Amino acid sequence: MEAQEAKSHSEQISHGTYVLVWLALIVLTCITVAASGINLAAFTIVVTLLIALTKASLVVNIFMHIKFEDKIFKVFLGIAGFTLFVIFSLTFADVFFRR
Amino acid sequence: MSQIVEPASSDVIHGHEAHVHKDNQGAKIGMWLFLLTELLLFAGLFLLYSAYRYFHSDAFHRAGLDMHTLFGTLNTIVLLTSSLTMALSIAAIQRGKKWLSITFLSSTILLGLSFLTVKYFEWSSEIAKGIYPGSAKLLDRSNGEILFFGLYYTMTGLHGLHVIAGMIVLIFMLVFIVRDKITKDDYIKLENAGLYWHLVDIIWIFLFPLFYLIN
Repeated sequence: MEAQEAKSHSEQISHGTYVLVWLALIVLTCITVAASGINLAAFTIVVTLLIALTKASLVVNIFMHIKFEDKIFKVFLGIAGFTLFVIFSLTFADVFFRR
Repeated sequence: MSQIVEPASSDVIHGHEAHVHKDNQGAKIGMWLFLLTELLLFAGLFLLYSAYRYFHSDAFHRAGLDMHTLFGTLNTIVLLTSSLTMALSIAAIQRGKKWLSITFLSSTILLGLSFLTVKYFEWSSEIAKGIYPGSAKLLDRSNGEILFFGLYYTMTGLHGLHVIAGMIVLIFMLVFIVRDKITKDDYIKLENAGLYWHLVDIIWIFLFPLFYLIN
């Protein structure tokens, strides 16, 4: 059964994996602080947001077990992400091209 | 529509309490739907932030100079660590290690408290400088700076409320584990509480660069 598989998968994640993910998150935090110190002009926001997205996906996939869940969870997240993308794109289309 | 609710897989495996119809997948889906509404709530504020930042780019950068990057970084590390202990607490209960799970969960709650303590000192310092919504000093500054600090207090404040709510939920979970209401065979409550805690962490992951790394 799929549900059973998902459960046993999330149970297989070892303490070591969680610690490694945490280490990666801390390293990414240090990188993002360092990167913001360098003057990259408009790129600073792009770099810091890309790092934030990477960190968020690590948390969602490993800590929140999404990587090991049934497909339906991924579909939910995909639809939510797409909806947010549309909302942000339409708003930016207004903001950027106003006047 | 099928009316039979699939029993919790652990019930099948361990053979007892098989008569209790529990749907852990359903519980988790419900939790995720709730988390997505939370996401939408914060997304609205992030949208507002983006639009105002575009219109008042210089003012936002000027306002960013008054932010405490150190406090922000420290709190990021505290919250990421609390997410780790949360995940470890669930891993421990999955393996039937009750007291290890309690230890990790208590650490998570204490780290949440540390986060709020740092936040208290941070806000106190900003308020001491005369920067708070409606203060005479802030109203003397440009519109963009007023908006930046308005958003700062609103968004980190709303996030702080979520940390408090999360801690209250986790305290209940702690009591449940102690009283064996959450066990190796039935830990969906702890898992869902963990999902909430991680969501609060994710929101902070985005708040951090937008407010503390703008200079």
